[in-house]
Amino acid sequence: MLTVRELKRLHLSVSFDLQDGECVALQGPSGVGKTLLLRSIADLDPNEGTVKLDGTLREAMPAPAWRRRVTYLAAEPGWWSDTVQEHFTAWDDALPLVARLGLPNDCGPWSIQRLSTGERLRLALARALMLRSRVLMLDEPTSALDSASAAAVEALIAERILDGTSVVWSTHDDAQARRIGSRILAMRPDGSIEESQP
Amino acid sequence: MTYIQLSYGNLVLPALLVVMDGVLSLALRLKLERQLAIATVRMVVQLVLVGYVLTFLFAAVSPFWTALAALTMVLFASREIVARQKRRLEGVWKYGLGAGCTLLAAGTVTMFALLTELRPDPWYHPRYALPLLGMMLGNTMTGISLGLDVLTNSLVRERAAVEASLALGGTRHQALLPVIRDALRSGFMPIMNSMAAIGLVSLPGMMTGQILAGVEPVDAVKYQLLIMFLIAGGTGLGTLAAVLGGAHLLTDHRHRLRLDRIATDRSE
Repeated sequence: MLTVRELKRLHLSVSFDLQDGECVALQGPSGVGKTLLLRSIADLDPNEGTVKLDGTLREAMPAPAWRRRVTYLAAEPGWWSDTVQEHFTAWDDALPLVARLGLPNDCGPWSIQRLSTGERLRLALARALMLRSRVLMLDEPTSALDSASAAAVEALIAERILDGTSVVWSTHDDAQARRIGSRILAMRPDGSIEESQP
Repeated sequence: MTYIQLSYGNLVLPALLVVMDGVLSLALRLKLERQLAIATVRMVVQLVLVGYVLTFLFAAVSPFWTALAALTMVLFASREIVARQKRRLEGVWKYGLGAGCTLLAAGTVTMFALLTELRPDPWYHPRYALPLLGMMLGNTMTGISLGLDVLTNSLVRERAAVEASLALGGTRHQALLPVIRDALRSGFMPIMNSMAAIGLVSLPGMMTGQILAGVEPVDAVKYQLLIMFLIAGGTGLGTLAAVLGGAHLLTDHRHRLRLDRIATDRSE
């Protein structure tokens, strides 16, 4: 279980719990601080507050170990090498995932430069899923995808949730929020969140 | 050793060449004449002053005055490093990193040369220590400022890539390594280029100076080789320290990228 208490970053002040195998949708207008919140939970920005995974404080472990368990996937994922496969520690093991996301098996040596936005988003998701994190924080993972790819992503994440992965899913799509989330966290401009049932 | 001495009168005619530049600037409306005048006056004043300061230092051969002169040179070098940065660090590190690394690199190789190969008596004799240090500072400064400039600019540009690596559980070292490599390569380029071109395209100033002063060319070459080896070593040491130090300062103990530690005061 992920516990967030009094997480403070700029105008944000947020508390919530996330059970194992639960998916919550994070909603709110652009610029309200959804990305800021997800980044803070992953400890990518300096922030204050108590964040625990199964009762263990994140400060009790090195930050890289925390981020392998509580993984943030950016809306515009970055790439540090030239080809697709260089971004995976075990490319062959990732092939089934890559195929399920609708990408061809031979895309390993492809140059990142020639990928479309949608391909990049799906490959970044595959890259993050390879960590088998306990908590996934997805920042608009399907906003630039066609409906078939978006459905593939939703199905894949739903499987992970059944396996016990917890997910915070930020989305502007109300229908998607109701579809994937067991709860909806709506961010307000004052930096707090309001919880509702779909 | 004999050399042709110059009087100040010998400089009047050559100085007219600078005046010619100024006339050109006026005639072609380059608007450089003001800058040119300031630069020329600065050069004359600085060099004449340095001549008298060195005369005093060489007569004194005092460890205190020599150290003070060396420190002043390091401070000016670190100011120059900061001036060459497009993005600067915040707080004390703005000057501290460059000053620390030039002092470390130039100081180390200068001491190394003085204590092992040159061995003047006393070892800190300003006639040897200060010109050596000056040449080391000038060159390590170039490597350090280039390395730091590439480091900060690449981190800003490659922020998404670095943070993707961090978000996937990479350490700050793993995440910054591609950028660190680029920065080190850039810092090292000028000295490698000048080593390749030396003798063919350019005759180094120090060697030319020794030859004009009557030193046999082959002896002057030996001195120049010593200097080039020292510069290569100093540049490597200084650039490494500056880039690794900069990478450390722009991340924190929780392995976050801290671009907020780059000052934003300069509008360009």
